[in-house]
Amino acid sequence: MYYNEKIETMDRESLRKLQGERLANIVKHTYENVEFYRKRMDEAGVKPSDIRSIDDISKLPFMQKQDLRDYYPFGTFAAPMKDIVRFHASSGTTGKPIVAGYTQKDLDNWSEGVARCLTAYGATKEDIIQVSYGYGLFTGGLGAHDGATRIGAAVLPTSSGNTSKQIMLMKDLGTTVLCCTPSYALFLAESIENDPETNLKEDIKLRFGVFGAEPWTENMRKELEAKLNIKAYDIYGLTEVSGPGVGGECEYQDGTHLWEDLFYPEIIDPVTLQPVEPGQQGELVFTTLTKEGMPVIRYRTRDLTHLNYEKCRCGRTMVRMGRIMGRSDDMLIIRGVNVFPSQIESVILEIPEFTGQYFVTVDRVNNIDTFQVDVELRPEYYGDDMGRMLRLKDRLVGRLVSVLGIRPEIRIVEPNSITRSQGKAKHVLDKRLLNP
Amino acid sequence: MIIQQLSIFLNNEIGRFTEVTRILAEAGVNLQAFTLSEVSDFGILRLITDDNDKAIATLQAHSYAVSTTDVVYIELPDHPGTLAKSIEKLSDAGISVEYMYAFSQGNTASVVIRTNDVRQCNDVICQ
Repeated sequence: MYYNEKIETMDRESLRKLQGERLANIVKHTYENVEFYRKRMDEAGVKPSDIRSIDDISKLPFMQKQDLRDYYPFGTFAAPMKDIVRFHASSGTTGKPIVAGYTQKDLDNWSEGVARCLTAYGATKEDIIQVSYGYGLFTGGLGAHDGATRIGAAVLPTSSGNTSKQIMLMKDLGTTVLCCTPSYALFLAESIENDPETNLKEDIKLRFGVFGAEPWTENMRKELEAKLNIKAYDIYGLTEVSGPGVGGECEYQDGTHLWEDLFYPEIIDPVTLQPVEPGQQGELVFTTLTKEGMPVIRYRTRDLTHLNYEKCRCGRTMVRMGRIMGRSDDMLIIRGVNVFPSQIESVILEIPEFTGQYFVTVDRVNNIDTFQVDVELRPEYYGDDMGRMLRLKDRLVGRLVSVLGIRPEIRIVEPNSITRSQGKAKHVLDKRLLNP
Repeated sequence: MIIQQLSIFLNNEIGRFTEVTRILAEAGVNLQAFTLSEVSDFGILRLITDDNDKAIATLQAHSYAVSTTDVVYIELPDHPGTLAKSIEKLSDAGISVEYMYAFSQGNTASVVIRTNDVRQCNDVICQ
């Protein structure tokens, strides 16, 4: 099922033409109205008249998160305040947050992106959609909410947290679609398992989950699908570009379709900043083609992935993005080796005796990096037999060494002692950053 | 005789054992024997209690991983040579001991033995 069949299945030549026209418009508008863009383009020696097709995008300079911080709060806005109808802000853990402003047209395009995703997953106006993303400055809650409203579904705006109430409403109202982070979905699944008053098969009517706002793996998908008896779909987005619904999977779960008529994606080598060969992995870069409030042009997301331009079995021509393999700034360099938390998670989930919960601690002792991973066993695998637990630990160490190329110290810890997250999961503590 | 022992998984951190004893004390569970063995990151606390059901319910309510294991429990007169004589029966029967622990009180020594075949061990040692 399509929400906007004409656009979602548009032939690529027409799509490129549309992208070229929209790019030319946004470049001209920002050059004429926003000092930041005019300055950057002048420095790069590019004029709006140089941009005639989508291929000309490579002439434009990149921008990144620091630029949005430097021009906080309104310096990159391209619409007057009378046209701005909403703000959102990213979770700024250090310094100022990133503030995004939206016009009504921006909100309409955003909700259309989410509506396309929900329709691709199979949602209709018959569904009851529980939005357990946080509502507020975070784009997750209101973004999913507006998209679900747009397709005419019944929205249950639980926001995040208060898990027992979430489960009660899920049962009593018969929620069919759950929107939240994958780590919160896992926490919910565990809570349902441990709730003597809830029987998953009889009491929970979930058909599928819409999971995003943090990178997750295929193994995590299998885990969530088995634990909640659902199909688990990816939804992708970021505040700087709009919010959730920049893209989403279809029923084939074979890549995340990006809505390229609104958001133009490129993949670059994060070191040389040159475009990579098609299909190669690199850093994802976005240009918003229709945004009025706070457009971005060649915005470096730091997300590492690849793009697949083959037409999908679902009939959509929109490019498919692979799994986010990590962030170019999440990457840990431990004893000189590049390690992504997503690789660790994927290995842990391969061994069924472990829960998916983990916590990585990196430190430097006597000038040598230490690398410790705390893991939990499933309840039935804790027991009297110390040898068996040590063998499980050795198996995990062996798999991690072969995947990562370095040896972590594994600690099996008590059940439920790794802190569960109700928003974006925090899996890493790099103490080297605290004591440089 | 064969009795049930509780095994509790503990992080190897200061205060974990203290907390378990406090929780069990508050629940009114009496410990009859225990042993604590550990590797670098975790330990297993093995307990013989006067009320296993209550101990399990209390510990699980506090999120501890508790499991039960069958072990052989014997009481011996507390004087030289009695333990050697019993253990000899096991080695003669080719039974290997995974772990054991013992307490003596007054004239009696209590011994807890874990082997891979608890029933055979019990039969042999009670002969």
